[in-house]
Amino acid sequence: MKNGTATDQAATGAIVIAHEVGLHARPSVKLTKLAKIFGSKIELGLSEGGPWIDAKSIVKVMAFKAAKGSTLHFRAQGGDATQAVAALVDLVRRDFDERHGGG
Amino acid sequence: MAELRLTGRPASPGLALSRLFVLADAERAAASRSAEDPEREAERLRAAVAGAIEELEQVASPADDAARDILEFQIAMLGDDALSEAAFAVIADGGDAAGAWQAALDTQVDDYANAEDEYFRARSADLADLRDRVLRILSGARQQSVPAGTVLVALDLPPSRFLGIDWQAGAAIALAGGSPTSHVALLARARGVPMVVGLGADVMRVPSGQEAMIDGERGTLVVAPGEATRAAAQVREVEIRKRQAVTDKFQHAQAKLPNGEAVTVMINTSGPDELSLLDPAICDGIGLVRSEFLFHGAALPDEETQYLAYVRILEWAGSRPVTIRTLDAGGDKPVKGLTLDDEGNPFLGTRGIRLSLLKPDVFRVQLRALCRAATRGNLKIMLPMVATPRDLAQGRAHLAAVIADLAARKTPYAEPPLGIMVEVPAAAIAIDRFDADFYSIGSNDLTQYVMAAARDIASLSDYADAADPAVLSLIARTVEHGKRTGREVSLCGDAASNPAVVPHLLDAGLRSLSVSASSVGLVKAAIAGALVG
Repeated sequence: MKNGTATDQAATGAIVIAHEVGLHARPSVKLTKLAKIFGSKIELGLSEGGPWIDAKSIVKVMAFKAAKGSTLHFRAQGGDATQAVAALVDLVRRDFDERHGGG
Repeated sequence: MAELRLTGRPASPGLALSRLFVLADAERAAASRSAEDPEREAERLRAAVAGAIEELEQVASPADDAARDILEFQIAMLGDDALSEAAFAVIADGGDAAGAWQAALDTQVDDYANAEDEYFRARSADLADLRDRVLRILSGARQQSVPAGTVLVALDLPPSRFLGIDWQAGAAIALAGGSPTSHVALLARARGVPMVVGLGADVMRVPSGQEAMIDGERGTLVVAPGEATRAAAQVREVEIRKRQAVTDKFQHAQAKLPNGEAVTVMINTSGPDELSLLDPAICDGIGLVRSEFLFHGAALPDEETQYLAYVRILEWAGSRPVTIRTLDAGGDKPVKGLTLDDEGNPFLGTRGIRLSLLKPDVFRVQLRALCRAATRGNLKIMLPMVATPRDLAQGRAHLAAVIADLAARKTPYAEPPLGIMVEVPAAAIAIDRFDADFYSIGSNDLTQYVMAAARDIASLSDYADAADPAVLSLIARTVEHGKRTGREVSLCGDAASNPAVVPHLLDAGLRSLSVSASSVGLVKAAIAGALVG
C-alpha cells in the first residue's frame, strides 16, 4: 500500500454461503451486528466487481436476497479492516453458528 | 347459514372448532392527512418508528428461538436508517409522514413479494408488518384485541401480531393469503396452533361470531358446519390424536420388525427447500431425490446451479446416503424445450433415461454436477426408466466420459455408485441382466405398467395397487436377485408410504423403503407391527 498509513488498511475476502436458506433473516441479523462492531467501512458484494452495499445495513443486506451457494465478497477500508473481513468470512464459514435441520 | 366449505393450503396441522373472529383490515388504514411542515412530519415519522421499536421490544419476552429471531429481525430492520431514507426524502419534498412511509415500505413489500426464493417472498409479510405497525402508530389507533380461543380470520397475519395474541386451546388461524413458509406459519407450528393459508378473499366476507371448523392438515375451513361434518370431525380428531401418538413414538427411532431386525427407512424429496424444515435424524438417508425440481425454471439449469443444489442436499443429509435420480422428464412430467410433445402415449414414450440419451448434452451437464458434488457426501446416481441392459451401458458410458474429462481437467470429483430404477416390467422380469450397483423399485410406474392402467386416469385408480400379487412377485424377484448378488434393493414409490401396503412389501423381502417425509413415523410404526386394529 503506497499511500496507506499503519492504521489505514484495505482488506478483501470471499466465501460461499452454505446456509440452507441463504442470507436469510437470522443470518443477516448476525452478519450486520458483527459488521457494526468494527470501525472500518465494510462493504458486501455478490461478485468481485460489485455492486457493493453497506454490510452494516440489514435492509441492504437482506435486499441482496443472496441464495445458498452465492459467493459473498467482502471489502473493508479502515483501521480494523483486516480483522473485520476475517471475522465476517469466519462467521459465514461457521454457517452463522446454526445447526442444520432446524426450522 | 348453510355450511360453507373453503379450501386453502395447510400451514400448521391440527383441528379446531370455534367461533370466527375476522380481523378488520381497518387496523392498517392510517388516514393520510395533509402535511405540516417537513421538519414536523419527519419528527412524527421518527417518533412513530421509535414507538414501533418500543412496542416490539415489549411484546412478551418470547420463550422460543423462532419468536425471538423474528422480533430481533424486525427491530433491526426498523433501526436501520436505510429502511426509512426514501420516506424522509419524500417528506423533505413536502410529503406527509404516513403517505411517505407507506409508499417507501410498499416498494419494499413488493420487492420481497416478487423474489424468486419462497423464503425471501415470505419476508414481504414482515415488511408489511413493520409498515402497518408504524402506520397505526401514526394514526393514533389502538390494536383490535382478539378474543381468546377463536379462529382468527385475516388477509395475512404479521408475526409480531401473532406474538401478541393469547393462543389458547381451540384457537386457530385462517388466512385469505399467506404462505406455509412464512414466519407466522413457523410460529403456529411451534405453538401447535392449527393454520390454513390461501383461502381466498371469500373468507373475509364471513361474519365474525359464526362457528367454523378448521383442519390444518387438509387445509380446509368449514363455516357453520352441519351435523355430518361435526361427526366426521370428531372421528378424525380421535384418529389424528392416535396417529400423532404413534408417529411421535416411532419417528426418531430406528425402524425394526417385531423380531428386532432393522429396516432402513429413507425419505423421498423434491429438493433442498422442503428439506430445510425437516430433521435429518428421522431417516436413514434420502432414497430418492427427484432432480426435476431443478428443471422448472425458464431455462435449463447450468452445472453450477445443479452442483450447489446437490451439495445443499448432501449437507442436510450429513453422512447419510443420498440417491439422486437423473432427470426423469416426460410421461406426466413435461419440461419445456426438452421433452417431446407430439407423442400419443407419453407414459410409453421418450421419458427418463430415454430422453437423457437423446439429449446427451443436458445429461452430461447433470452427470458432471453429480460427480463434483459426490466429493461432498454419500451420493449415488440412479437412472430412471431403464428397460434394456443397453440403456444402463450407455448411461454408464456417459458417466465414464464425464469422469475422464473431470480427471483430465483436474476438477475435484468422486465416482458415485450407479444404480437403476426398477419400474419397467422388462427390467424386473429379467433383473439378472442388469449389472447395476444398486436397484430401487419405482412402485408407481411398475404398477401402472404391470396393470396397464395409466396413473393419471382417476377412474382406473383401483388398478393402481402395488399390493397386487403380480406386482409383488416382481418386487420379490428383484429383492432375491439383490440378495444373491450382494446388491442393495430399495423401494421408493408411494406404496412404501402406505402403512396398509408396507407389510406386503416386507413379506416380499424388502428391508429398505424410501417414503414421503410426512409418513416416516407411520411407516416405522407399520414396520414394528404397531398399527394393528
